[in-house]
Amino acid sequence: MSSHSYDYLDGNAAAGELSKIFALDVTAAEGQCAHCGATKRFAEAHLYMRGPGVVARCVVCEHVLLRLVNVRQRVFLDMSGMTYWSLDTSLLHQISR
Amino acid sequence: MWRPGTVVVLHDETATARTITLEVPDWPGHVAGQHVDVRLTATDGYSAVRSYSIASAPNTEGRVELTVERLANGEVSPYLTQEVAIGDRLELRGPIGGWFVWRTQQTEPIQLIAGGSGIVPLMAMIRSRVAAASIAPFRLLYSVREPGAVLYRDELEALSNHGQPVNLTYTYTRAVPKDWPRPPGRIDAALIATSTWPSNLVPTCYVCGPTAFVENAAGLLSDYGNSADKIRTERFGPTGDRK
Repeated sequence: MSSHSYDYLDGNAAAGELSKIFALDVTAAEGQCAHCGATKRFAEAHLYMRGPGVVARCVVCEHVLLRLVNVRQRVFLDMSGMTYWSLDTSLLHQISR
Repeated sequence: MWRPGTVVVLHDETATARTITLEVPDWPGHVAGQHVDVRLTATDGYSAVRSYSIASAPNTEGRVELTVERLANGEVSPYLTQEVAIGDRLELRGPIGGWFVWRTQQTEPIQLIAGGSGIVPLMAMIRSRVAAASIAPFRLLYSVREPGAVLYRDELEALSNHGQPVNLTYTYTRAVPKDWPRPPGRIDAALIATSTWPSNLVPTCYVCGPTAFVENAAGLLSDYGNSADKIRTERFGPTGDRK
């Protein structure tokens, strides 16, 4: 692992912010890194929340997976670091709100 | 979607940690391990949001218990551990998170590893296991600074006595009880080998604590033969409140 600074959390911690946009919990979804191709749960990503927004990085190659920034009444979401998400709807059904 | 919750019970767990029980009308229910976002809004409109793990087992009474550790430089935790009073209303968003959870249908061995207040979501899993009368075998390795910092001590003792469902190992990082066999220190490979499930039983592992703690414990579990996809982690940051 290339990162030795402990200033990140897990993708889990973005669940609240992402719930403003998505109807289902997406932190349990599997996503593929567009850079290295690793397929992991979004909850396993390294999450950086110190800046003006949220940045999720691949746990394998540290490439940016997702960026989410709130500016006044607008949310910017960049998911170009992931090729796809795969969601288990049987699990999501139990905890969807 | 923010829901109002009313504080109905306050209970001091240690000198710095308090459990807040909230009654939340229309609470949709939660799964053990999930968290909520709590929003506090000052009279001038300034608001702060922090994430806290749910300590209580899923229930049908619309009650949510949060255990909050006071952080010296925290913005929200001093309020929640010292100022908040019964009858106060807090805003909650959640339950949140579908990965760091234990469901009552799971029957495989469960390895829990907590650092400090990282015990909170793991306690929800233990309580959920008890409430559901699950037969899943649970082990908990609980690392704290010193004996006085243990959360839920009496309840854990009752649940880990002979014949009870949880196998419990304490470890201390700064000060140990009298005649404790292991000097204070971080979790190491030897402790993992003696206190966690053998990896050939393929336990699901849940590790929660500060980021450096989780990094160390998850790495040791992996070195001990547990595969990465069986190790679920929840980190919280070294500064500020949980988030």
